[in-house]
Amino acid sequence: MAAETPAHYHTNTPWNEPGAEPYIRVENVTKKFGDFVAVNDVSLNVYRGELFSLLGGSGCGKTTLLRMLAGFEEPTSGKIYIDGVDMAGIPPYARPTNMMFQSYALFPHMTVEANVSFGLKQDKVPSAEINNRVRQILDMVQLTQFAKRKPHQLSGGQRQRVALARALVKAPKLLLLDEPLGALDKKLREATQFEIMNIQDKLGITFMVVTHDQEEAMTLSTRIGVMNQGQIVQIGTPQEIYEYPNTKQVADFIGSVNLFEGRIVEDESDHVLIDSPEAGGRIYVDHGISSAPGAKVWAALRPEKIQLVKGDRGEPYNCIKGTVKGIAYMGNLSVYLIALDSGKEVKVTMPNQVRAAEQMIGWDDRVTLTWHANSPVILLS
Amino acid sequence: MSKRLSWFIILVLILGYFFLYGPIVSLIFFSFNASKLVTVWGGFSTKWYGELIGDDQVITAFLLSLRIALISSTIATILGTIAGYVLARFGLFRGRTVLSGMVTAPLVMPEVITGLSMLLLFVQMQQLFGWPTRGSLTITIAHITFTMSYIAVVMQSRFSTLDISLVEAAQDLGARPLKVFFVITLPIVAPAIVSGFLLGFTISIDDLVITSFTSGPGANTLPMVIFSKVRLGLNPEINALASLIIAVVATGVVASTIYMAQAEKRRQRDMQMAVQANE
Repeated sequence: MAAETPAHYHTNTPWNEPGAEPYIRVENVTKKFGDFVAVNDVSLNVYRGELFSLLGGSGCGKTTLLRMLAGFEEPTSGKIYIDGVDMAGIPPYARPTNMMFQSYALFPHMTVEANVSFGLKQDKVPSAEINNRVRQILDMVQLTQFAKRKPHQLSGGQRQRVALARALVKAPKLLLLDEPLGALDKKLREATQFEIMNIQDKLGITFMVVTHDQEEAMTLSTRIGVMNQGQIVQIGTPQEIYEYPNTKQVADFIGSVNLFEGRIVEDESDHVLIDSPEAGGRIYVDHGISSAPGAKVWAALRPEKIQLVKGDRGEPYNCIKGTVKGIAYMGNLSVYLIALDSGKEVKVTMPNQVRAAEQMIGWDDRVTLTWHANSPVILLS
Repeated sequence: MSKRLSWFIILVLILGYFFLYGPIVSLIFFSFNASKLVTVWGGFSTKWYGELIGDDQVITAFLLSLRIALISSTIATILGTIAGYVLARFGLFRGRTVLSGMVTAPLVMPEVITGLSMLLLFVQMQQLFGWPTRGSLTITIAHITFTMSYIAVVMQSRFSTLDISLVEAAQDLGARPLKVFFVITLPIVAPAIVSGFLLGFTISIDDLVITSFTSGPGANTLPMVIFSKVRLGLNPEINALASLIIAVVATGVVASTIYMAQAEKRRQRDMQMAVQANE
């Protein structure tokens, strides 16, 4: 079932092309339930063939946004266009979208075959063609031998593939997936992730995935929209979101991060110098930002971008000292918890390149932390 | 735990069974009594069963009861299903509280009050419009009214536990709301509809109080006939009738238990198959 990552993910970037027409346009959409604002003035462009993920914690409004695209909720204000058509007032059964539900929502009284063909029957497709398409799609998700089973006779992974097949068989313009991998165990998740990417590549359907799992979003997506409290806080490729988060919150939500509070001392076009008592030293970054001198900022540093060296070293910048307070051995890498002299705790991950290092870092060792000048990201909020 | 039962537990068991089944056993036993006196044993005989079959009054009453129960529980099932669906699915529409109260009122109202108010209504209606004539029609209408409440409650709880995303999924795949209701919602709740119908049927067929109030000349249901016969003095024929009813009910219960046990076995086998296929 597992497959290679499709290659187009790195070459197809319509959002960077100036003339590209977005396939799905969400314009200033707000959704209120009584006084509660579930989605707050969200604007979003998704391009044809994208696999776009909405990522956020529970209650951030991502599912409401998805349900508005499917037509189960009407926006309180704002507009949604799919392939240039205004979706206002169009009921779910008349929309060019199909949704894969978090609970799968398979019809319990119908066989796998009947579940998958249900959508085509509603469109009055000739029965010969229905049989053909159902067979093809069941073949693709490897469920042909289970065609006559009822949903309760299937395992979780099989049900999930039936739900995917049922949503895919109508070849919708937009496929909406609500936590598609939520109920699967780790191995099955990984296999299914590649499966979804493969299918997406093969059929060229535009996908929109809602998930709270950042790993899932990182592997699947062409782009990610990070949501919080009804708003989209950042949109970008997985790499952009991970390497250049625009707020502390995004940095913290995607992966783990060390944040050092400090004040700007020098801000030139080619470098920034931050004085951070919390880090116990000065942080030098090799690109400029435009901000007021003396402004309060945070330097975000990913655990894997820090090098650990035994003993005390002296460098003017990007060099802080601490004591090892904990080590978690994870097999391929180890996570070190370092207590800085300022009292702040820092997380560092290092790959275990050799089986038993000569200079193994142990508990309570004095260590120096260093990093490259382009590693920290400076965040203003 | 000790395998020996203490004498106390055995005593409680015997007493419990005696209270539950003693009356029934004695009823069946005396239905084979040759004597005309119910409490005096006069030798074995099946003559009361023969007399029962020859008793036109009982047979007519039985058929009437059956007809009223079938018609009223069928109509009550349709109305109760609609009421249950509306109460479970239509949110907080205007008048929901009133409807909810009205639907469930007959459940808590004393039967005498329900019966009396129905009687007064029918009398008034007959005076004003000349319809309905009191008899099997008014009994049927009264039965529809109060069995519907039971069915509505059963259906409301079934509809509110139905996964809404099934309905949404069907709509998402292109089915219009009415079609979704008939193709998805109804088949899924069908078992609840069947049990609602059976509930209504049993309530209707053994009702005495409301039936007596709303009945008219010539329309005597089986419970009414039994009650009037008992008032004139007990008679082993009634025992025979009751024994037959018990036999029918017991057969039904045993059959459904066996069927359910088999269905459960089949379900477990399917589950195992699914798990194995996945490996």
